[in-house]
Amino acid sequence: MEIFDNLALGFSVAVTFQNIFYCFIGVLLGTLIGVLPGLGPVPTIAMLLPITFGLPPVSALIMLSGIYYGAQYGGSTTAILINLPGESSSVVTAIDGYQMARQGRAGAALATAAIGSFFAGSVATFLLAVFAPPLADLALKFGPPEYFALMVLGLVASVALASGSVVKALAMVVLGILLGLSGQDVYTGTPRFTFDMLELADGIEFVALAMGVFGIGEIVRNLEDEHTRTVMVQKVKGLLLSKEDIKRIIGPILRGTFLGSFLGILPGGGAILSSFSAYSIEKKISRHPEQFGKGAIEGVAGPEAANNAGAQTSFIPMLTLGIPSNPVMALMIGALIIQGIVPGPNVVNEQPNLFWGIIASMWIGNLMLVVLNLPLIGIWVRLLTVPYHILFPLIVGFCCIGVYSVNNNAIDVFTMALFGVVGYVLVKLDCEPAPLLLGFIIGPMLEEYLRRAMLISRGDPTVFFTRPISATMLGLAILALVVVLLPSVRRKREEAFQE
Amino acid sequence: MTNMFKGAAAGLAALAFAALPFGAAQAQDFPTRPVTMVVPFSAGGPTDTVARLIAESMSRTLGQQVVVENVGGAGGTRGAGQVAKATPDGYTILLHHIGQATSATLYRKLPYNVLTDFEEVGLVTDVPMTVIGKSALEPKNAAELIAYVKANKDAVIYGNAGVGSASHLCGMLFMSALGTQMTTVPYQGTGPAMNDLVGGQIDLLCDQTTNTTGQIKAGKVKAYGVTTTTPVKSLPDIPTLDSAGLPGFEVAVWHGLYAPKGTPKAEIDKLNAALVAALQDPKVISRFADLGTEPVALERATPEVHQKFLEAQVAKWKPIIEQAGVFAD
Repeated sequence: MEIFDNLALGFSVAVTFQNIFYCFIGVLLGTLIGVLPGLGPVPTIAMLLPITFGLPPVSALIMLSGIYYGAQYGGSTTAILINLPGESSSVVTAIDGYQMARQGRAGAALATAAIGSFFAGSVATFLLAVFAPPLADLALKFGPPEYFALMVLGLVASVALASGSVVKALAMVVLGILLGLSGQDVYTGTPRFTFDMLELADGIEFVALAMGVFGIGEIVRNLEDEHTRTVMVQKVKGLLLSKEDIKRIIGPILRGTFLGSFLGILPGGGAILSSFSAYSIEKKISRHPEQFGKGAIEGVAGPEAANNAGAQTSFIPMLTLGIPSNPVMALMIGALIIQGIVPGPNVVNEQPNLFWGIIASMWIGNLMLVVLNLPLIGIWVRLLTVPYHILFPLIVGFCCIGVYSVNNNAIDVFTMALFGVVGYVLVKLDCEPAPLLLGFIIGPMLEEYLRRAMLISRGDPTVFFTRPISATMLGLAILALVVVLLPSVRRKREEAFQE
Repeated sequence: MTNMFKGAAAGLAALAFAALPFGAAQAQDFPTRPVTMVVPFSAGGPTDTVARLIAESMSRTLGQQVVVENVGGAGGTRGAGQVAKATPDGYTILLHHIGQATSATLYRKLPYNVLTDFEEVGLVTDVPMTVIGKSALEPKNAAELIAYVKANKDAVIYGNAGVGSASHLCGMLFMSALGTQMTTVPYQGTGPAMNDLVGGQIDLLCDQTTNTTGQIKAGKVKAYGVTTTTPVKSLPDIPTLDSAGLPGFEVAVWHGLYAPKGTPKAEIDKLNAALVAALQDPKVISRFADLGTEPVALERATPEVHQKFLEAQVAKWKPIIEQAGVFAD
């Protein structure tokens, strides 16, 4: 079996003292920057690039990869503890994770995130090892019409994100889309809603928006009410998962892993959709959908598994095609070039050490992460006992540093402050911020892919229905819409599921 | 006129600086703290790679770290604008590519003047570009491609990495040389555009060798020609478009180093000396070769040549961009 030879080669590269060391440094750094709000893998990897000049290519890439998937692990910590998602992938985790923390179950939520991430990371790495080339070919079949259909499906599914009023959720999605429209138009270069400021030419920064409406908004809300917090601290209990919990998270983790592995391969938005769609699916098929948004453990397990699986499989286009699927992968390609390796489809054959070494290191790294993170849970939970007047200024300070570091752009800090106020108003109006963020992410992509598909098809709208993948997904979207709109169908469907 | 003004302003600034004892001392010891090299694009891209290689070598010559800071956004104009308004003391410099010249026309409301707000330090490198097509595209060589595009006009789909990107410029020049319009489909960066080219969704793309060499060597795309007037060493089998039917066709992603207007001449000279040393650094040369490029000839790595070249480039692209009618604001 060729695959075993390859894996043996990979482990022989990854299991050297030096590479294990760099893998550890990578995942440790990744966990830390994941925990610090706003500080993401992109500025960290950019800062560390010069250090990698002196390392052998494999060690450099092993360390940089560790930072990336380590950050996905750590990112859920602040989302759960203080409702502060530093990255798009942990927005969904914040919905139910934070509610669990408020009910004193922060430990269970963190453990679920760690276990889900570990399982998903290991399985996705296996998929990466066995199916990388065919999966990469699948990603190439996704043209603009397919992406458009995928975005439509994601948008329809997003309505399920709301635990309250559907009308308010729709309003939030639309508001998100409108906010997403600011910035330079990709097709004509025309600036939209930039008020003649170059700083706004690329639109509103996602991290600033997310940390504003979630984190800062939540802090403002907490300031008006001292009781919630004392209640929360008193109730901290059971750091570990009960038998019942374990039973409830197995299914979501499996489904999340599958979904995340698939969506992670797609460059341009696939990875972002994975945690959102995992959440929607869990809520749809759950026997107690009413618990979602109020601390359902499935709402943490599914999305966390999905985003970690996605983080792992997003390496596929970069490693097998030399095409970066997100800014982190673009940085990795930069690191390869600096190392004198020309990224492209030939890397797998010309640099088997590199390819298989990285894959093997991912297993080692995921193992390190779970060993590192489970004991840390106790420490993180104790963070909640830090008094308000110390914790909040610290969080705000870290947020400012983090947001600024994304683009070295001061306007992002002001944007975050502004959306902090918006987030507070939304909480007061009982509007949930998650659909807003999804609209913000999907809206501009929907427009971009629609216009690109129409340009390429030369204005022929049938292109969406004559291509099989696109037609299937649009069909699913219509079906999902019907299910949402017809409560009777929905009831029947739930009955069918219980049988 | 501009030259004279520029020289006079620099001289005045240098005088003003020299008159201050502190300034004079600083000039002698420059640099006494790390120098910030602003790259107006995100980390990991080809320009960032060039900057980091140069910065690393310049650090060794200057005896102070040259720290790369990525200030991306607005097609490179945000980072360039930041440097234009920075304190002209030599501690803030800019590494920018061809976009510095084209932004003068692409952006009608630029808050700085490309020609008068900077001191040129020297040219760095010219990265060649390649015109590539999807593997199923009919034409087998450049001559056939030219005939094919002329025959099929806007049925041919040309992708680029966004308004103002090097691939956008190359496409405009290509269409203007052929006198034919193709359907232009912009993407956000080379990555997604390359994805759609390899996947066969679009027909043509023209991008830096840095981005295309891997795909060409793997046979995933068809290479029709390089955009420089001399063949590219790393791709010896691919003819120049200049020799294959489009005489005079030339576009390269040239890179240059800039300081804010008014930076004292002593500092500029030190920065230039460090740049020249970097361009002769064997490590830089070998890494540049991996990128499919090489340092510019040393006589071009001077402030004077750089300044004249920038002016010529602004003048070259102005009519092409205006004719295409695409602006970034």
